[in-house]
Amino acid sequence: MDAGLLGQYIFNGLMLGIIYAMVAVGFTLFFGVLDVIKFSHGDVLTVGAFVGLATYHGLDALGVTSAPVLALSLTLAAMLAMGALGALMARWIVLPLRNAPAINVLLITLMAGTVLRELIRLFYPAGANPKPFPRLLPTDSLTMGSFTLRLDNVILLSVGAAAIVGVHLLITRSRLGLAIRAAAQDSETARIMGINFQMVVLVTFALGSALAALAGVTAGLYYSEINFGMGLLLGVIGFSAAVVGGLGNLYGAVLGGFLFAALQTLGAVWFSVPAYKDVFAFALVILIMAWRPTGLIAEKTAERV
Amino acid sequence: MFARALRSILAAAVLLFPVTSYAKDTVKLVFIGPLTGGNSSNGLGGRNSTELAVKVRNADAKARYRYELVALDDECKPNIGVQVATKAATDRSIVAGITHYCSTVAMATVDVYHKFGLPVVVWGAVLPDVTYAQNYREIHRINGTMINQNETAAKFMVAQGYRRWAIIHDTTDYGKGHNKYFSQYLTRNGGQILGTFGVTADQQDFSAELTKIKDLGPDVIYFGGTTPLGVRIRTQMDKLGVKAVFQGTSGIVSDAYVDGLGKQAEGTVAFREGAPLERLPGGRRFMEQYAAQKYNDPPEAYGPFAYAAANLVMDAIERVGPDRRKVRSALNATKDHQSIVGTVTFDDHRQNAVPLITKLVVQDGKWIVWEDSDFATGKRKLVSR
Repeated sequence: MDAGLLGQYIFNGLMLGIIYAMVAVGFTLFFGVLDVIKFSHGDVLTVGAFVGLATYHGLDALGVTSAPVLALSLTLAAMLAMGALGALMARWIVLPLRNAPAINVLLITLMAGTVLRELIRLFYPAGANPKPFPRLLPTDSLTMGSFTLRLDNVILLSVGAAAIVGVHLLITRSRLGLAIRAAAQDSETARIMGINFQMVVLVTFALGSALAALAGVTAGLYYSEINFGMGLLLGVIGFSAAVVGGLGNLYGAVLGGFLFAALQTLGAVWFSVPAYKDVFAFALVILIMAWRPTGLIAEKTAERV
Repeated sequence: MFARALRSILAAAVLLFPVTSYAKDTVKLVFIGPLTGGNSSNGLGGRNSTELAVKVRNADAKARYRYELVALDDECKPNIGVQVATKAATDRSIVAGITHYCSTVAMATVDVYHKFGLPVVVWGAVLPDVTYAQNYREIHRINGTMINQNETAAKFMVAQGYRRWAIIHDTTDYGKGHNKYFSQYLTRNGGQILGTFGVTADQQDFSAELTKIKDLGPDVIYFGGTTPLGVRIRTQMDKLGVKAVFQGTSGIVSDAYVDGLGKQAEGTVAFREGAPLERLPGGRRFMEQYAAQKYNDPPEAYGPFAYAAANLVMDAIERVGPDRRKVRSALNATKDHQSIVGTVTFDDHRQNAVPLITKLVVQDGKWIVWEDSDFATGKRKLVSR
């Protein structure tokens, strides 16, 4: 295998990794602040992608033709809408069950996810069919031997990375982030110190869901196609990535996302039947979980007694 | 007591001897195909074509019966297909069916039709096993199988001067069948297969497979599968800079393929059984009638087969009456039946022999017959290497 080809595989892996990492960061944020697993996360991603597509069609009908304007506005619309949806779900589905067993939250969000998925299937025009996603990014490419680097992929990768770094800075450097971390570490004490716990939870869910929307739009622009079931596997992979990395830890989620993408790519390269790549990746995830049950980078908090 | 008995007798009389009127008896037919999901454009095209056949027949004063069409959605999923097939087959008011575009679904449902004795004519599934893996007298097929299609495909592409292939196929019976027959005929005709890649039918990301293929450097990528995957693979080929001819099967011959890809679809080659519609007797008339109905979806590649299947079934009912067993026997004996897809004759497995294969290529956003294209005259080249 020559260097160009190796570069191509690595770049393919990075593209997958950034999408997985964005999903995984959402899972880890929710778990960090509220110790819940929100299984509708993948479907929020799907809804985000469809909101993006609908925005595109709306603007297109209004006569907007500039590709950068379209790309930017559909991304923002998707993120804002999913931020709002995330906060609403937190307020009306997750928070009311705060004192119920964790399994209830898991179950109710799983069902909420199914509802979202079926709503798209039934009510988006011809929602059961795969939808072509507009190609809005420049397709200039640079070819070095057998390595093709496309500008649109570079843009998607950079935007994704910037979003994750942005979330990281927000959590570690801002007052809001301090409040989130405080609520994550000890919600009762945080409340006594005057932190509006409910607001912190809502903001965290909005943040994670907006990130999922970005992942959905990224997937749409990368594959030039979206469908109502796309969030299902992405949700499972994002969750596995977050768990492997260490639920509740932001670095862990990013690490897990890229690790999973690397495993899938390796699986596809090694096996003559590429269909085994998911089997391979998930099997190794099981092994890693057996070796490090708390994930590669465990959440650094003491359990309250 | 007397009054009650009289009432019962009256009720029985009403039930047994319905008021005679001059209206024709209504006969129910079922159409089954993928009406939602990635292959829905083909399914809707088939449904509309069947519906058109029924409308035309109902407008014919000479017809003995009035026909009513029940359209069911198999979503191109075997489990859903079995559900709707069971629903149709157990409804005794339904006399016959025009069924299935997806081979995996057609395979899954043959037992259901056999068990409940519903005669059906398959209108779009191309896997040979649908008719040849069993010997159920209920199952007929009006379109050809993938065997002839792949034989022509292999010979034609080798004759164009291509030698090296990479094969991607979905791992359903349908994709595996295409892989089997194409590989067989390709090697027999002197083509070389550099690599074969089985992929799942709902896979999204093909970058790893295509990067591997890029390394192998084939002249042609053969894809055995249906439209949704075809669109994804063709899109991702460009993203990774894979330069090869994209050769599909009848599974991607749909307007949805061209719509999903836009400019990228140009130069995709595929093959379908049956002569081009406009060259068949009645083909032009079918297209005019279809256009007059103002359907939202085009008839697609297999619409004419569905139309012909519906007429075949209705002709049989006209002859022997709305009785499943009699209709089955009448269909079994089909010989030299004239239809818009040519002459229909069923062999001992009730498979229609469709000897002619049409070669198609996408040019300027449309599937057109190869011989009529700029590619055949040499004005355009399939791929610039």
